[in-house]
Amino acid sequence: MVPYIIRRLLISIPILGIGSLLAYLMVALSGDPLANLRAQPGVTESVISNAERQLGLDRPVLVRYWNWLTDFVQGDWGVRLGQGQARADVFDTVMRAFLVTFQLVLAAEVLAIVLGVAVGVLAAVRQYSLFDNSATTAAFIMFSMPLFCVGIALKTYGIELNNLLVNLGFERWLTTAGPRRGGYDGSVGEQIFQYTGTFLLPTLTLMAISFAAYSRFQRSSMLETMNTDYVRTARAKGLRPSRVIFRHAFRNALIPVTTLMSLNFSAVLGGAIITEIVFGWNGLGTLLVESVRQYDPNTLMGWLMVTAVVVVLFNLLADILYSYLDPRIRLG
Amino acid sequence: MADVTKSSAPAGAAANLVASGYSGLAPGEFGTGAMTTGARTQWQTVLRRFRRHRAAMISVGLFVLLVLVAIVLPWFYSYDHTYTGGDSFEEPTAAHILGTDQLGRDMVALILRGTQYSLLISIVVGVMATVIGVSLGALSGYLGGVIDTLVNRVVDLFLILPLVAVAGILVHAFAGSWYVVALVLGLFSWMTVARINRGETLSLAQREFVEAARALGAGTPRIVFRHILPNLTGIITVNATLAVATAVLAEAALSFIGLGVQPPDTSLGLIIQQNYAQFGGARWWLFWPPFLTIVAISLCINFIGDGLRDAFDPRQTRVRA
Amino acid sequence: MTRRELAQEKLTQEKLAPHELLRVAGLSVQFRTEDGVVHAVRDVSYSLGRGEVLGVVGESGSGKSVSSMAILGLLPGTARITGSISFNGAELVGAPDTALRKIRGNDIAMIFQDPMTSLNPVYTVGWQLAEAYRVHHRVSRRAAWSQAVQALELVGIPQPDRRARQYPHEFSGGMRQRVVIAMAVINDPMLIIADEPTTALDVTVQAQILDTLRRIRDETRAGIMLITHDLGVVAGMADRVQVMYGGTIVETGGVDEVFELPRMPYTVGLMGSIPHAGQVGRRLTPIPGTPPSLVHLPQGCTFSPRCPLAAPQCVVAEPALVEGGSAGHAVRCVRWAELAGMSDPQRLFLRSETGAGTSA
Repeated sequence: MVPYIIRRLLISIPILGIGSLLAYLMVALSGDPLANLRAQPGVTESVISNAERQLGLDRPVLVRYWNWLTDFVQGDWGVRLGQGQARADVFDTVMRAFLVTFQLVLAAEVLAIVLGVAVGVLAAVRQYSLFDNSATTAAFIMFSMPLFCVGIALKTYGIELNNLLVNLGFERWLTTAGPRRGGYDGSVGEQIFQYTGTFLLPTLTLMAISFAAYSRFQRSSMLETMNTDYVRTARAKGLRPSRVIFRHAFRNALIPVTTLMSLNFSAVLGGAIITEIVFGWNGLGTLLVESVRQYDPNTLMGWLMVTAVVVVLFNLLADILYSYLDPRIRLG
Repeated sequence: MADVTKSSAPAGAAANLVASGYSGLAPGEFGTGAMTTGARTQWQTVLRRFRRHRAAMISVGLFVLLVLVAIVLPWFYSYDHTYTGGDSFEEPTAAHILGTDQLGRDMVALILRGTQYSLLISIVVGVMATVIGVSLGALSGYLGGVIDTLVNRVVDLFLILPLVAVAGILVHAFAGSWYVVALVLGLFSWMTVARINRGETLSLAQREFVEAARALGAGTPRIVFRHILPNLTGIITVNATLAVATAVLAEAALSFIGLGVQPPDTSLGLIIQQNYAQFGGARWWLFWPPFLTIVAISLCINFIGDGLRDAFDPRQTRVRA
Repeated sequence: MTRRELAQEKLTQEKLAPHELLRVAGLSVQFRTEDGVVHAVRDVSYSLGRGEVLGVVGESGSGKSVSSMAILGLLPGTARITGSISFNGAELVGAPDTALRKIRGNDIAMIFQDPMTSLNPVYTVGWQLAEAYRVHHRVSRRAAWSQAVQALELVGIPQPDRRARQYPHEFSGGMRQRVVIAMAVINDPMLIIADEPTTALDVTVQAQILDTLRRIRDETRAGIMLITHDLGVVAGMADRVQVMYGGTIVETGGVDEVFELPRMPYTVGLMGSIPHAGQVGRRLTPIPGTPPSLVHLPQGCTFSPRCPLAAPQCVVAEPALVEGGSAGHAVRCVRWAELAGMSDPQRLFLRSETGAGTSA
């Protein structure tokens, strides 16, 4: 197992390397940090060329990439270059945003997997029952709704719920802004109150589509395993139906779901971006939009690299989980 | 995953044979006339099963209707999407069936145009994702070795850059006309298709009929295109519909965060973005029609995909009697 | 106590038990499908006793597998079973699942066809064997594990202790089938139903598997129902044979008698279509046509469309199963006596260049 992990990590390095090059080219070609400067009237050539030299823009792209890379791996990610932003350290900005998004993604994905798998199993075991049909219908509807609409709807209803609570004499519960910088204060109960209030709506929004995907996938995986020969053998041994389903069918049905986990992760990241924008969280989502709109290449590169590393690590995790579940795949 | 080449269980195979039984020939006379078996081709069987899936059939009808309306109606409709002559925020009246938005544009015209673009983009993306994904997946699965490793690494490469980010950056740079959005989305939607097709090709390539074809001297292109791909049609079709459905929502999402289709072009996502503050408010005609349209399109495509999946792999459907 | 001693003790206790284990009477199984009602099994009756090996022969779709799955109640919910299956005096048709579960894997065990897919890939072989034991015996895990290892030894797997800790994919096909057999016999069943146990294996391994089954039969006096389409296997193992076609039994009797003196044209055709020593120098005579649709069965005798001896009376109604020449030899053909009188019945199936064969 350990040699496999090391090998995977080693292979990831060139991939990340090439990825970073592609990302850099893409970012470099998609905007001009000096656009505003050039547009200002009365700016002379020398001012512009000075600025270019300062930012290293007078060098060829590949040289700039190399400089960026060497700085980057040593921890110097540069400063934000966007318009109207204080020259904040890119590393700090990106990491802080990442932590916010990470909490959201973790909560949503864990919930989606647990609930999705449970619903999928039940739906398969009671195929065509009322539960199955409702779960199927619900899944289809969730698949077909744009994420941001779900977010908007939940946000609006959340506000109404808050108003209702206030009218009844309680405090507002749901907040539609991001988690507080300083953390939560007060007693454990109060903290839970604040935590759920902050996380409930965005998590529900983000997990809706993932949940639908997992439940459908688990359902069809279960249906396939329940028809296999080894399940027939298990029944022929005289096992209780519940044991046949859980110990034999489910245990095998879970295996393909792990591949869905890694494929789904990029989509979840994308969904997190949208969700954050809807709910006004200051995570990677709003950071991305800001950096694109105001063309902040350093932040964009930091952003892309962080997400790339996260995706690589997550895929590795999913593969390890897969090999743990399936003894036929022994990584070595 | 569905294996469309597996023959059904004996009972099913027997049931598929339409035997005429003993047809009145003289005693001892056996041979050509006594037993006739009418088999069905795969497509006929698939079509027949698809027709039984009520939701899918309704969806096909609805979808075709939507497409026709989106394409044909604008020619006959009084306003087009650039018209700004109405009053701001007019309620639905006879003149403007779904009212107007803030700029005085007619909602129906906007939605028609938006639907056109959304459909156009998603279908282009679906086609791109399918073509690229299937070719790369099948080739890498069949050829194995260096090519397989290479393709896998390229897939990894594309997977590590999130679609939203890349699309956002590129579209923003190239001024968000619909074909840029379609191109970018298409370039980043093929990976899942490729993985799935690679897996299926791997298991197919080990089957005996491939060995037999090779023994008969068939070269790689012939084997891939004439033997393997036809057996993948089920998976390809289902995944193609899913790719289109995903693209509809992805485009809407991109446009919503402002990194997709830009004005003056329009799309359903953009319309919602311009009006989403109206959710729960009094001016329902600004939010609900485009929202319901997207949901309808997406739902239809999803049901069609589900119907296709059931049609190609009936093991998971109930025995109806 | 070792398994051997346990088995011997069980034998002594059951010397007084009745000889007959299983009696099937008028068993019919129907499935409702989108193409109509499939009559998979039609009015099948037979019995099986201790230490007896009954060979069930037939093509795909003859109903042989379905009738055996019906015994243990392993058919899907869409199956409608009528008739009677009596095991050790208890009626199995219509019995509640809880009662059937006590019998499955315990008194009646089944061995399925494909060893590659019959074992759960994610659990070790020892785990699956121990599970089979613990379902029916309340013992500790360690005790169950030792039973598992003993079972592996019984079926001839070397280094059973080490192998028990391995996964199914680490075994070869023949070894896997032995594991499946071990799982079937770990609880000393009285009846073993083996559904095509050797079909997926090559010939040398086949012989070993059959040897193992024979040994088990000798040591435990279990009754074995051996379902196969391979006549050679039946000839080597079975005491009695039962030929099935179109969902019902068309001939049954002692194996030597049925093979040497077949009374049903289908049986004749079967034997003529496989190569064996007696066929040296002769042409193979395959049976023309295909098995009947179980949804739209032919009128009268189901074999008549392909039968060289078909006569008008064959189409009127399906013949009943009658005694065909000697006690214990039953046949479902109205012209069996003529067939008995022929010296070389296989000639009936010869497709001569001049046209269809006629009755001799």
